[in-house]
Amino acid sequence: MSDPQPTARFTEEQVQRYARHIILPNIGGAGQRKLLDASVLVIGAGGLGSPIAMYLAAAGIGKLGVVDFDRVDVSNLQRQILHTDADVGRPKVESAVEHLRAINPTIEIEGHDTLLFSTNVYDVFEGYDVIVDGTDNFPVRYLVNDACQFMGKPLVYGSIYQFEGQATIFLPGQETPCYRCLFPAPPPPGTVPSCAEGGVFGVLPGVIGSIQATEAIKLITGEGQTLEGRLLLYDALHMEFQEVKIRWDADCPVCGKEPTITELIDYEQFCGVPAR
Amino acid sequence: MAVTIKLPTILRKFAGNEARVTAEGVTLAEVLKDLESRYPGITKNVIAEDGGLHRFINVYVNDEDVRYLGSLETPVADGDTVSILPAVAGG
Repeated sequence: MSDPQPTARFTEEQVQRYARHIILPNIGGAGQRKLLDASVLVIGAGGLGSPIAMYLAAAGIGKLGVVDFDRVDVSNLQRQILHTDADVGRPKVESAVEHLRAINPTIEIEGHDTLLFSTNVYDVFEGYDVIVDGTDNFPVRYLVNDACQFMGKPLVYGSIYQFEGQATIFLPGQETPCYRCLFPAPPPPGTVPSCAEGGVFGVLPGVIGSIQATEAIKLITGEGQTLEGRLLLYDALHMEFQEVKIRWDADCPVCGKEPTITELIDYEQFCGVPAR
Repeated sequence: MAVTIKLPTILRKFAGNEARVTAEGVTLAEVLKDLESRYPGITKNVIAEDGGLHRFINVYVNDEDVRYLGSLETPVADGDTVSILPAVAGG
């Protein structure tokens, strides 16, 4: 609305590619321009990372990064729709970048073939406006949260287990909750099985990942009401959505009134499990 | 006072794979005690050895985290929903 000629700065190709966004109320030319000017990093090219990255690439995020250290396994293909049978054995990042370029060759797509550690997370996150978490373990989830808080970056959170998923967004800044406000401590090792141990319903990450992509786009365009302060819970088996409140914890060690954690820590030690 | 308890996947094995069960009580502590008596073992990952709530599992009365209400002493009313929510990390 603020731009009288919102399509003036688009190429002819962009006008065609993003036509359904550009004519859409609440996105329009101005919103599409924001998406093209934005940079988003997707952590994990797996179950959640697949739909997140595919929809963000299709939406025309100007610079899209994907970070993963793993290789495509045939057991991934039941849900990780970014990869195909021909990609088994390839680094996930390589496969992801190739398929995302096939979806949208007009944006910048960057692959980071690495595990995230306290020692490299700042370097990887630098240069991205929004971080979207699709990782599969607690050490990296706490690392990503803390790094986003310390760097002042918004975090779009999602996680899944068997038939259930959760999603929300965490914003940096005063008196807004972070992941540690929601879950102050990781579960003791062995109490919560991984998807490899407990299984995961293949379509589930499609739903939660799509919600994360939705929230990232709304965050960038500034339209609508995000999940800030609300945790969305999804139960695929009973087809139920539920919402609970997320409060800022004044005693949070990272974002509370008197933080006791002011720099990155050893997250594998904190969680008692390896980050893979 | 009957309340509905929504169970996460990891606790359903204690309750015959039911996703929601009922229990009675006027405080969260009473409700969880009643739940334990009906399904032995179900609250061991909710209530810590010191008698307080574990920090890695959240409990909500309706949509409010009980840590911001009254923890185990949070009052519950007939028809309330108690949701037990563990942290999950899958992706």
